[in-house]
Amino acid sequence: MDFHLSNEQLMLRKMYREFAETEVKPLAEEIDEEERFPMETVEKMAKLGMMGIYFPKEYGGAGGDVLSYAMCVEELAKVCGTTAVVVSAHTSLCCAPIFEHGTEEQKRKYLPDLLSGKKIGAFGLTEPGAGTDASGQQTIAVLEGDHYVLNGTKCFITNGNVADTFVVFAMTDKKAGNHGITAFIVEKDFPGFSQGKHEKKMGIHGSSTCDLIFEDCVVPKENLLGKEGKGFKVAMQTLDGGRIGIAAQALGLAEGAIDEAVKYTKERVQFGKRLSQFQNTQFQLADMHCRTQAAQHLVYAAAMGKQNHENYSEASAMAKLFAAETASDVTRRAVQLFGGYGYTREYPVERMMRDAKITEIYEGTSEAQRMVIAKHMGVK
Amino acid sequence: MKIIVSVKQVPDTSGKVAVNPDGTLDRASMQTITNPDDLNAVEAALKLKDETGCKVVVVTMGPPPAAGMLREIMARGADEGVLVSAREFGGSDTYATSQILAAAISRIGVEKDDIVMCGRQAIDGDTAQVGPQIAEKLHLPQVTYAADIQKTGDTITVKRMLEDGYMTIKVKTPCLLTCIKELNTPRYMSVGGIFEAYGKPLATFDYETLKNDPLIDPTTIGLKGSPTNILTSFTPPQKGAGMMLEGADKASCEKLAGILTAKHII
Repeated sequence: MDFHLSNEQLMLRKMYREFAETEVKPLAEEIDEEERFPMETVEKMAKLGMMGIYFPKEYGGAGGDVLSYAMCVEELAKVCGTTAVVVSAHTSLCCAPIFEHGTEEQKRKYLPDLLSGKKIGAFGLTEPGAGTDASGQQTIAVLEGDHYVLNGTKCFITNGNVADTFVVFAMTDKKAGNHGITAFIVEKDFPGFSQGKHEKKMGIHGSSTCDLIFEDCVVPKENLLGKEGKGFKVAMQTLDGGRIGIAAQALGLAEGAIDEAVKYTKERVQFGKRLSQFQNTQFQLADMHCRTQAAQHLVYAAAMGKQNHENYSEASAMAKLFAAETASDVTRRAVQLFGGYGYTREYPVERMMRDAKITEIYEGTSEAQRMVIAKHMGVK
Repeated sequence: MKIIVSVKQVPDTSGKVAVNPDGTLDRASMQTITNPDDLNAVEAALKLKDETGCKVVVVTMGPPPAAGMLREIMARGADEGVLVSAREFGGSDTYATSQILAAAISRIGVEKDDIVMCGRQAIDGDTAQVGPQIAEKLHLPQVTYAADIQKTGDTITVKRMLEDGYMTIKVKTPCLLTCIKELNTPRYMSVGGIFEAYGKPLATFDYETLKNDPLIDPTTIGLKGSPTNILTSFTPPQKGAGMMLEGADKASCEKLAGILTAKHII
């Protein structure tokens, strides 16, 4: 795998970094404390093309590639886990399935506003009784003439309260199991659709997370995404791509925590020496850096696999599994290096540790990633 | 209509300044950035492009890696780049540099509706001489220290920011403006702009390209031809935070007079 970045990718990284340092980092603590969605940052990112990085210009995208998108999420997550997941969920979980499974009419109708960031996207698969077992969908969709009627509730929906466009899954044939699941594009103004209250979470406080409630929700027949009964495949393929975004978020969190820990341990003096002069600190940081570099290779390999239209399902599962567990480990170690100060909100590593945990859970738990990887290994 | 923006790649002065034995800057060993005031000039040009649809050409004199800076400015929205680069030009002071840049700008072509823009000064030399010298050599009217620029037809209204106040000047195109940081906030490169930047035209003007231009005198370009001798190069010491007194009453004036007296200023 050639990880030689192109001139464009190097320039993008510079731009993302400058934007993250100048526009995102100063807000990270505030949106965490206030549990506030950073809409002003989304508007700025939209102007710069960061809400539609790897989609063709003909639909309003920036004409970039998947690695350039992953690098964007990575750089944002270095300073703010919340802002990173806003971009990731919007791009991977809403724009991507519409682009990959939508009809030409659906792409022309929905993508320009989503990719330009005028509208925010979200994805509704998880239900109270259907988490890792996504096949246990209780939301039902019944065809009545020229529209479907949806009833049910989705939960833990990232971008839920702020999104305008949703890719949602429902059972059109309960007897058919996975083959009875169908994907739909739902607009927030459709009759019978509403959003629940903001969930209080351990981390990514600024990220909007809520229920989606369907009460006789009327969805036009032309908003069926893909074919009836093929929604499970749409969901799984979407999550394969989504995992690259979450893996990049986890990678960025780990890198951000290392940056903070290096800076702090070079300044903090105990026993007459800087913490960075103690061998324990050096070994800890070396391990953290080594793991994070390995995670970066897996994340970039998965992104390039998707870009090259390879079967990247296993690569994205490995990237997410390893990067997420690295993020949790590295941020925890960073807090430890900071000591008591690391446990306070005076320094960002406390927030990074809280933000990192979710990367082991959403868009497929680490256990689900191991299931995917074992399946690809032929282990039954 | 087009706008030609002259920019310079400068050492990032947040790092250490390295100097060659001949007194010139050892640019190879320092991180580089685009001169900050020049980015304000670029932004002013891009705003006029947003309003009028005019073309923006960015020109720099420097070693080949300066092409990367031109690509970054094209990623912000400039349409074309011109790199002026030759061994013969190396080590030029402001007198020599302005000759070469004036010749390059003349070759790009300054027509009736056009504007040339520069930053006020570069953070490495701090001279603020190159912009005005280019204007003189191209016989263009110049307005320096632009803090606001409005264009109506062929008239540019410029608000100059001076130490003791503002001055508003109207000037006809073609003209040269030097821009200060108060003029605007430079935009970021955009994702789409970055992917377009490498497909935009980037020309290189070497010595052969410019040597026959009447503005070029081979004896007054490059290090040997530069009349300036550098005695020493250094990073200016950081200024302390100033003291701010507010109020227009007698007590404030007496306090001010007391401070100035104590410092033997009055």
